[in-house]
Amino acid sequence: MNVPIRRLATVVLAMVLVLMGATTYHQFFQADKLNNDGRNVRTLYRAYGVFRGPIVVDGKSVALSTPVDDPFKFQRKYTDGSLYAAVTGYYSLVFAPTMIEASENSALNGTADELWMQRLRQLVTGEQQQGASVELTLDAKAQEAAAKALGDQKGAVVAIEPKTGKILALYSSPSYDPNQLAGHDTAKVNKNWQKLLNDDGSPLTNRAIAGDTYPPGSTFKLVTSAAALESGDYTPDTVIAAPHRLKYPGSSKELKNFADEVCSSSGKMTLDAALEMSCNTAFAGLGVKVGNDAMVEQAKKFGFDTPLSIPMTVTQSHFPPTTDDAELMRQSIGQGDDRVTPLQIAMVSAAIANGGKQMAPYLVDTVRDSSLRVVSKTSPSTLRTSVSEHTADELKSMMEDVVRSGTGVAAQIPGVTVAGKTGTAENTPGQPPHAWFTGFAPADDPKVAVAVIVEHGGQQGAEGTGGATAAPIAKAVMEAVLNG
Amino acid sequence: MAAVAHAPVRGAELPGADDEATLPRPGRRAELGLLVVALAIGIGAYALVSIKVVDRLPGDFYAQALGFVAVALVAHLILRWKAPYADQVILPATLALNGIGLAMIYRLDLASQSSAKPHDLAGRQLEWTAIAVIAALAVVWFLKDHRLLRRYTYIAMLVGLGLVILPLIPHVGRTINGAHIWVALGPLSLQPAELAKIAFAIFFAGYLVTHRDTLALAGPRVMGLQLPRLQDLGPILVVWAASILVLVAETDLGTSLLFFGLFVAMLYIATQRFSWVLIGLVLMGAGAVFAASAFAHVQVRFDIWLHAFDTDVYNAAPGSGQLVRGLFGLANGGLFGTGWGAGYPYLVPYAFSDFIYTSLGEELGLTGMLAILMVYLILVQRGLRTALGVRDGFGKLLAAGLAFTMAWQLFVVVGGVTRVIPLTGLTMPFVAQGGSSLLANWLVIGLLLRISDSARRPSLAPERGQVAPGGILPDDDPTGPGALEPVVPTTPEAGTQVTEVVRPSPPPPPPPGDDANGEVARG
Repeated sequence: MNVPIRRLATVVLAMVLVLMGATTYHQFFQADKLNNDGRNVRTLYRAYGVFRGPIVVDGKSVALSTPVDDPFKFQRKYTDGSLYAAVTGYYSLVFAPTMIEASENSALNGTADELWMQRLRQLVTGEQQQGASVELTLDAKAQEAAAKALGDQKGAVVAIEPKTGKILALYSSPSYDPNQLAGHDTAKVNKNWQKLLNDDGSPLTNRAIAGDTYPPGSTFKLVTSAAALESGDYTPDTVIAAPHRLKYPGSSKELKNFADEVCSSSGKMTLDAALEMSCNTAFAGLGVKVGNDAMVEQAKKFGFDTPLSIPMTVTQSHFPPTTDDAELMRQSIGQGDDRVTPLQIAMVSAAIANGGKQMAPYLVDTVRDSSLRVVSKTSPSTLRTSVSEHTADELKSMMEDVVRSGTGVAAQIPGVTVAGKTGTAENTPGQPPHAWFTGFAPADDPKVAVAVIVEHGGQQGAEGTGGATAAPIAKAVMEAVLNG
Repeated sequence: MAAVAHAPVRGAELPGADDEATLPRPGRRAELGLLVVALAIGIGAYALVSIKVVDRLPGDFYAQALGFVAVALVAHLILRWKAPYADQVILPATLALNGIGLAMIYRLDLASQSSAKPHDLAGRQLEWTAIAVIAALAVVWFLKDHRLLRRYTYIAMLVGLGLVILPLIPHVGRTINGAHIWVALGPLSLQPAELAKIAFAIFFAGYLVTHRDTLALAGPRVMGLQLPRLQDLGPILVVWAASILVLVAETDLGTSLLFFGLFVAMLYIATQRFSWVLIGLVLMGAGAVFAASAFAHVQVRFDIWLHAFDTDVYNAAPGSGQLVRGLFGLANGGLFGTGWGAGYPYLVPYAFSDFIYTSLGEELGLTGMLAILMVYLILVQRGLRTALGVRDGFGKLLAAGLAFTMAWQLFVVVGGVTRVIPLTGLTMPFVAQGGSSLLANWLVIGLLLRISDSARRPSLAPERGQVAPGGILPDDDPTGPGALEPVVPTTPEAGTQVTEVVRPSPPPPPPPGDDANGEVARG
């Protein structure tokens, strides 16, 4: 019987070899494919089970990972969740990360190319792999002031340091708590997501940079003024037509001023006076005089119709070219097909504040590895020259007049010269207009430029105007920066 | 100088190792050395998982480790005393596998503590290990000669059938996870089919050793195949068919497959007819096709096997989710594994039993799995080596059958989770959680140790070509290839006697159980 036993031994060897082959197939040859299978929750664990670096505002971690006793090993926490949600975004198992969590992902999880030294050190020393910390440009006080001033009104606030482009505040209201989406209980996260999605205030929309864009309303008159001044044919003292009403070409309809008021009994006024009281008929006529091409070019010089990331991608603002003078009239006063983000409007003010030089807005100041060594630091860069220094000075003095004695008096700060422009933007018919304010302070040495929008006039509703509703919010944010 | 000094020492060691079989009482030093390695692997793994998962040693680590060492030491000493010539690799290899399994089960226990369904299986498994080792040692201790078992050929058949039927008896049987393969024994649940495989191995060995010639030679030739006579095959077929039918009723495909493999392998060894293997494979194939078309749950198994990655099959219940998750685990392990306690083996349902292979694969990696498979291969080959060495036909069949059972069970389990064959519910010997399986497989080890002792025990009866102490040349080699069984009456009574060792020397065939083979010859 020994011959069959020997053969059986060979069969056993073959059987074990088959098992070895099959195991090798799965563990080696198929490993990559299996590891990348969408159903492989281990891939999530690997991707999410990293000690992510914190997101830091003014030396305080507003988003951080803490060790927990579950397969993901770390729980992302947002200490001031709703305050910074528009900036941090969320880091969720279920949904793709957003905002800084997304755009700085490789730094936060430690896989960025610049972090190779850190990875090498952690490999050699065996210390816990940890991502880099991302320090933001935000000013906590300005951010808090924005959130407090907006309250539960829908809208957004953006504040920029004009000389550098540092974003000091970026807030979208209503906000949400990213902790609700960062949990490891996916069913609960899904439930919270549905709730946020169905919320009337659409809290997940980042109104400051990526929401539905808004009509800029009268804040756009800054662009129209800039186009006129840059043409060389105008100064703030140039007298322009300011009729009670302005007929649209080829139509019986007329363009009216706010509340159908009469800008000037003479039907004429200086450009400076027109901006001060935000006279629609004057700027509609001015836009047509300056012409479509000059208007489009000036809008572009302020950043309209140009891609931008801060580092999150910002929705582009639009000033569409038109051959229709009626449309050009509307667009020249910030209505018609004009669409802007609050960030874009803040950038217009910031450029004027900075002598016409528009700085690239940015949120990430410094990236440090886990041993606090600086990996990268953003240095301010000029995006473009929006207007000449001369024009910027003229616009600045016109904007000072707006706040001193025009529609923007509510933005006055005692002891500080504030420059600004209000806007009351009509949008959906039957709905109260959006209230806008943009400006900067101090006018002689600008430290902060802001843009504020309160949707549909906020609490004041139909009574709300840029001057009444948005200007006080802008004032609060600017004060927070100046008193910082 | 050193080399010169060493040379004679080495030289002195060699004959000792080579001629071990001729030494009066071997020291079993090789076994002792291997035991140290096996214990280090098992206990080391136990410590590592605990340190990795909960940052400290298990609460009663030293007591348990000491207990494990004591069990191994006692086993070693009993073997020294009761079976000094037994194979020295079998015990350490088995203990290493057992230890690795315990560590993984404990690791999964720890992982379950923070889950919705915490379990504590390692403690039970450790108790079962102790029981199983004691049972194996009892076999070595009390079974003086494996040939004794041949007396119980037909009793073994009845016991085997009884064990297989047991779960179907009301009030005794228990249904766990849809399989009616359990019996309640007080607080314990047992899978009697695990034990039945031993009974059937004894039955097949006893029956086949008696009937192998008539089976092999007496039948008609059909298309070049030597077929057996039905009357010779009858009892085997009856046993086999009965067990298969019952297993189908119990929906236990794995055990069904296990018995089938055992049956075909032993039939082949007994008759040396390849036609038997062929018939066996055809029967198995036909059975599989029939089962797949007739039973929905078998059909599902085939779907899971063939279309594991299809989204529909993956999401179905029962579907391939468990299988594919196991493969994800293997992939996560990669070449070197995540290390003890660092993977996610608990993501796979039944990670501690049916899918312990992928659990180990994730944390120990391909290198670890190849090592584990190698240990199994060595273990099985030592069993087959025992079969080659043992002098009686019954022992050959029994040892080969039992050794092959382990290999076959391994193949069915690991092949199932690695998609070589459809997934069936069998346990990975010694490693997977489950008391019945542990007990049954340790009993197999006990039997193999007992048989290997008699296989390696130096015989004073003459070998082929040797001159017996009495100076008389043997006129026949009863165990040579193709040798006929001695033509002695093969009545059932005679069949239970040890008759094939016909020696020309005066002493009559020793009575079974007489451990004094050598004594008689010496006398």
